[in-house]
Amino acid sequence: MSNYKLTHLKELESESIFILREVAAQFEKPALLFSGGKDSIVMAYLAYKAFYPAAIPFPFVHIDTGHNFEETITYRDELVERLGAQLIVGSVEESIATGRVVEEKGFNASRNKLQTVTLLDTLEKYKFDAALGGARRDEEKARAKERFFSHRDEFGQWDPKNQRPELWNIFNGKKNLGEHFRVFPISNLTEMDIWQYILQENIPLPSLYYTHEREVFERDGIIYAALDAIPRRESEKVEVKRVRCRTIGDITCTGLTLSSADSLEDIIGEIASSRITERGGRSDDKRSEAAMEDRKKAGYF
Amino acid sequence: MSTQTKDTTGYLDMELLRFSTAGSVDDGKSTLIGRLLYDSKSIFEDQLQAVKDASKRLGGGDEVNLALLTDGLRAEREQGITIDVAYRYFATPKRKFIIADTPGHIEYTRNMVTGASTADVAIILIDARNGIIEQSKRHSYIASLLQIPNVIVAVNKMDLVDFSETVFNDIKKEYEGIASILKLKNVIFIPISARDGDNVVDASDKTPWYKGDTLLHLLETLPVRKDETRLPARFPVQYIIRPHSDDFHDYRGYAGRISGGSFKVGDEVTILPSKTQSTIKAIDEGTKSLEEAFTPQSVSIRLTDNVDISRGDIIVKSSEPKPTVSGNVSLLVCWLNQRPLNEGGKYIIRHATEETRAIIKDVHYKVNINTLENILDDKTVKMNDIAHISIKTLKPLKYDSYGENRITGSLVLIDENTFETVGAGMIVHNLEDETFTI
Ligand SMILES: Nc1nc2c(ncn2[C@@H]2O[C@H](COP(=O)(O)OP(=O)(O)OP(=O)(O)O)[C@@H](O)[C@H]2O)c(=O)[nH]1
Ligand SMILES: [Mg+2]
Repeated sequence: MSNYKLTHLKELESESIFILREVAAQFEKPALLFSGGKDSIVMAYLAYKAFYPAAIPFPFVHIDTGHNFEETITYRDELVERLGAQLIVGSVEESIATGRVVEEKGFNASRNKLQTVTLLDTLEKYKFDAALGGARRDEEKARAKERFFSHRDEFGQWDPKNQRPELWNIFNGKKNLGEHFRVFPISNLTEMDIWQYILQENIPLPSLYYTHEREVFERDGIIYAALDAIPRRESEKVEVKRVRCRTIGDITCTGLTLSSADSLEDIIGEIASSRITERGGRSDDKRSEAAMEDRKKAGYF
Repeated sequence: MSTQTKDTTGYLDMELLRFSTAGSVDDGKSTLIGRLLYDSKSIFEDQLQAVKDASKRLGGGDEVNLALLTDGLRAEREQGITIDVAYRYFATPKRKFIIADTPGHIEYTRNMVTGASTADVAIILIDARNGIIEQSKRHSYIASLLQIPNVIVAVNKMDLVDFSETVFNDIKKEYEGIASILKLKNVIFIPISARDGDNVVDASDKTPWYKGDTLLHLLETLPVRKDETRLPARFPVQYIIRPHSDDFHDYRGYAGRISGGSFKVGDEVTILPSKTQSTIKAIDEGTKSLEEAFTPQSVSIRLTDNVDISRGDIIVKSSEPKPTVSGNVSLLVCWLNQRPLNEGGKYIIRHATEETRAIIKDVHYKVNINTLENILDDKTVKMNDIAHISIKTLKPLKYDSYGENRITGSLVLIDENTFETVGAGMIVHNLEDETFTI
């Protein structure tokens, strides 16, 4: 008799693949939101596995703030090529240029909030009826509350107080015209699961996740890359340090970690002993207690 | 460094246990989850700081309100209650846990059902001062309907009854009566204080009369549901993979998640509802091919013959007991919507990967949660009611009873106008035969 036991990583993988296939079956025009971070990389890889040897039956959509690390863009283009996926880019700079959004000013300016408008415009433009996101429930307290299939009204908004029941593994993607769904196939993976999975599956990552020397500066206890996207005060001195990213977003909201980890095993060791969450270094969450909930209600990722 | 590397390899093949909380409003469910996370050192410094700040802001002074670790929505914090399920994660060297912390308030029962539907263990909390009340019974009833394999009854707030053994034993005795009516199996009782941590992660010195395990120890050692692999094999077809490429010209894979038993290359299979026979040629998982696969793996199956199969069909082994193929289905339903069930009305049904429409033929009875008796004269099934109904579906369903198989034995009802999920259904063949008898 065989040993019918799945490891937690296999069980979670199987759950994610089930959801990705359910999206392909239930929706007319889904898209996969690809940010360039490790979570969307894992999601992209799972999509590849879910439909292999056929091509992934939906395009990747990248909402580009124009403030991305160069490595992110290079990696994105290579990955799309390797997986044979189609890429659509929604540009925040274009939204600014056409007056759809107004750029924030000042030293703490970020295009993070503006992305929501570009995202909703892009979904509308291509008539996408489901957007796959790489959000995980362990990331943040509002995300901890979200369904796998998360309904959005015609304004793209989430109503956390009135979510649809979601029973067993039965997913209800029915909706009225103009509404859409956000679907989160890796909801149940934790940060540690993601790294373990990357190790197990040997998934190549952007070099930013490994230690490298870089010009950085410190603001409010967070280390940022000294790049043009973030205007610096005169008092903010640039130094060269060995750092890596624990999460990757837009340059303006990605805090760097001092680290010498240059392998996945090192990174896993580092995370196992870390006492702060990965979003502890994200300035977009620090704006208020319910920052994420408010952004999500408005249609954010 | 070398010890860390060892930890990580240990971590790669851990067992997953899913559990959910249940019990009436304010019985301490969220506090308990907060305590469990806190005492097992699963809280990060920035999370703890944020919860400390929020506790102070909400008027709690210096006392940390651990419930805020799961009550993360603005409305929840303002009202001091849980509204929707929060999923939290933690791991010990023994296991990895997925927690669903559910709301106790009757208005949000649908969210409690959502959280409980995937649980291997339900922790039902009871406030030691109030004892068993209607909502404790409703949640126990739901746990029993969902056939959650393990139930832990945590008698909470023992600090407010001087850790009295008599109080604990009285509640235990009363609950045992309910458990036997509800056919709840494997019920374990434990006296705790979620607020202070007694018997949660560490054994309490205030309950010397209690000889059992701490809650965490129970969670680490209770058996994980794994017997699905011994059930008759079931493979609801989810999606058809056809690459249309030169390299895989004739490839046709039936993708899905195994929902009972196991399949091997060479197995003779029957496709339902058409009853077409074929043989498994290959089982693919991502880019690899397997000799054998089992529940709950997501794979694609290739067959030796070119047969007509579409989403919603079920592949089973020809040598094993088949599911029932019929449009007449009898089920216990838990109603989840403001608008009552419409007897004679039509609904959309989702069952495994099938979607069809159904008409409600009959409401046989609904359940009085307080007395646990059947109500035969009032058949209006309102939100939070549990009832036994019969439906007739447009396309036949290929089903087992819920007691036999949680996946092929469950379905949801969807409102045709609003598209909301309005009912959770558990299929029964013959009520007397089920483990669940009312
Ligand atoms: N004294 C004492 N108070 C407790 C204990 N556990 C919880 N409480 C208090 O009981 C109140 C309700 O706790 P919650 O954890 O929010 O209750 P809940 O069961 O999650 O409530 P809902 O989710 O809204 O159903 C809070 O004020 C807690 O501090 C305990 O063991 N002892
Ligand atoms: Mg609560």
